[in-house]
Amino acid sequence: MLDITEYKGVWTLGEVRDEKISPISYELLAWGRKLANALNVDLASVIMGKDVKNELNKLVHFGADVVYVVEHPKLEHFLPDVHARILEALVKEFRPEIFIASATTYGRTVMPILSAKLKTGLTADCTELNVDTQEKLLLQTRPAIGGNVMATIKTPLHRPQMATVRPKGKKPMKPNMTRTGKIIFKEYSEKMYESKYKWLSFERDKTSDLPIQEADVIIAGGKGIKDGKNFSMLYDLANIFGGSVGASRSAVDMGWIPYSHQVGLSGKTVSPRLYIAAGISGAVQHVAGMSSSETVVAINTDPDAPIFKVADFGIVGNALEILPVLLKKLSESKE
Amino acid sequence: MRIAVLIKQVPATDKVKMDEKTGTMIRSEMESELNPLDMYAVEEAVRIKERLGKKVYITVISMGPSQAVEAIKDAISMGCDDGYLLSDRQFAGADTFATAYTLSAAIRKIRRFELVFTGERATDGETGQVGPSVAAQLDIPVVTYVSCVEKITDDTIRVQRLIEGGHETIEVSLPALLSVVKEINEPRIPNLAGKMKAKSTTVLTLTADQIGVSLDKTGLSGSPTRVVKMFYPKLSRDGRIVKARDVDTVVDELIEFMRKRKLI
Ligand SMILES: Cc1cc2nc3c(=O)[nH]c(=O)nc-3n(C[C@H](O)[C@H](O)[C@H](O)COP(=O)(O)OP(=O)(O)OC[C@H]3O[C@@H](n4cnc5c(N)ncnc54)[C@H](O)[C@@H]3O)c2cc1C
Ligand SMILES: Nc1ncnc2c1ncn2[C@@H]1O[C@H](COP(=O)(O)O)[C@@H](O)[C@H]1O
Repeated sequence: MLDITEYKGVWTLGEVRDEKISPISYELLAWGRKLANALNVDLASVIMGKDVKNELNKLVHFGADVVYVVEHPKLEHFLPDVHARILEALVKEFRPEIFIASATTYGRTVMPILSAKLKTGLTADCTELNVDTQEKLLLQTRPAIGGNVMATIKTPLHRPQMATVRPKGKKPMKPNMTRTGKIIFKEYSEKMYESKYKWLSFERDKTSDLPIQEADVIIAGGKGIKDGKNFSMLYDLANIFGGSVGASRSAVDMGWIPYSHQVGLSGKTVSPRLYIAAGISGAVQHVAGMSSSETVVAINTDPDAPIFKVADFGIVGNALEILPVLLKKLSESKE
Repeated sequence: MRIAVLIKQVPATDKVKMDEKTGTMIRSEMESELNPLDMYAVEEAVRIKERLGKKVYITVISMGPSQAVEAIKDAISMGCDDGYLLSDRQFAGADTFATAYTLSAAIRKIRRFELVFTGERATDGETGQVGPSVAAQLDIPVVTYVSCVEKITDDTIRVQRLIEGGHETIEVSLPALLSVVKEINEPRIPNLAGKMKAKSTTVLTLTADQIGVSLDKTGLSGSPTRVVKMFYPKLSRDGRIVKARDVDTVVDELIEFMRKRKLI
């Protein structure tokens, strides 16, 4: 039986993207700080990459007490076996009681591999994390069945208690430039970097600089947008907000926009601060992917469209007339 | 080449309706279906078989109650060859770790597979963890979010993954597990011949005993996680709905609303 008292501290899994520490890493520290404070333990961030030295202090400024760094040329790309092997070694050496990652394609791949190797539990896509102060256990709350059910889950007897959290679920804390922390470089033998994978190439999606899962604002269009050409209007609006364009499955199936923009049961689940649904009926499968958005605005010609039930502000009207006026007024007020 | 496809039977989503008053989900007739996202996994396996010819054999595997035979038969009707249902009272209440433990033990028991396919996630649990966990427990590599299978040789496969910001191309040695996304293909509607074949195919049921798993590692007792509470969030928001008689005015109202919420 595992001696769970040997496990101490909260860890977050930092992410490197385009050779930079991704903002997701700072969001995770905001989640982790709350837990570490409640348990009165250190908060550590793990970061793996080819060359990440320059930014390590930022992790401390954003809340880490300790940073574990592993640098190696083989860590330039995500080779799941290598990443999982190194994380396993780190966890076995330093024994955190809690380990959280973001529910990105990276976190959702490496964390289940790691939890299987460590024979512990993993709760996916949490929207809330708390500490049961009596039992000192992590309480992991997550939606299931398209957001229709929420479940709170704990991992009583296994360590670390692992979870992925939904991107955009929390804002990073304000950086404190005077914070200090310990930075620990770890080195491993070449054997640890042997991989069954060969990374070949990456082709950037021309239609999105910012993946919808990580956008603060999503302007989403459905069949009511009538034509792929009209989506340019949504892109213009998204640009004003610094956000991304989303879509219903119907819009994707019409070929108006690539699948990576699809929101819903068979697409992505998103939780932006603002979700504008234009010409989207609001079928349960669509709502499943966006119901946790902070504010929802719906524009639809049909007053009975189900999307209005989940809207904070609804406009019964023609999106093709309303969006251009909105665009005009917003760009004017920006100038 | 032997391919396994892991599928799950889930509650049918299009039967889900919202309760107007409480804003929660009604699932009165608990109809079940093959997890829609697993159809892409089945289709891709069948396409590989069609591409490489007769030497490919596809086995469908599912863990679930006896009704899940229907989902396995749906997969067979799309072109898979045979099916196994892992069914035992002991399997009930499994979390993703225990599910993956049982599935990987069964895969080992059945035979060696060069390729294992799963869906991106099941539409009920929505974790997407079972695929990578099965791969880790089988000690084979996993490629998640596969959007295109480019090339297969006897011992490698080259695929594209749909990740944040674009597509990544990666090659991996076989055996390997691939979890696929919707972008990969358009699943076929089973034809009459397929349906006839599914009808006449016997799905083999395997119990815990037959798989040879230790009972303390399956089901609830093998699950590191425990659900401590369930609740039903109110989905409907009782927002303000306005009619756009005059576009100018309504847009001003919307801008005002967004200002108040500090969105602009
Ligand atoms: C297993 C399964 C999985 C699915 N997964 C997803 C998923 O991930 N994501 C998803 O979105 N769907 C999904 N669907 C499909 C879903 O059921 C709906 O069919 C889809 O969401 C409808 O898209 P829509 O709202 O764009 O189109 P429609 O339902 O056709 O609605 C178009 C809306 O636009 C309005 N409209 C028309 N003209 C205008 C105008 N000029 N201005 C304003 N409004 C206008 C109409 O009143 C209507 O309400 C799934 C379905 C199944 C069975
Ligand atoms: N009980 C099960 N039996 C067989 N395959 C499963 C089972 N549960 C999950 N899977 C597979 O794992 C994928 C991910 O499921 P999940 O991790 O539950 O979201 C599914 O799309 C299936 O391919």
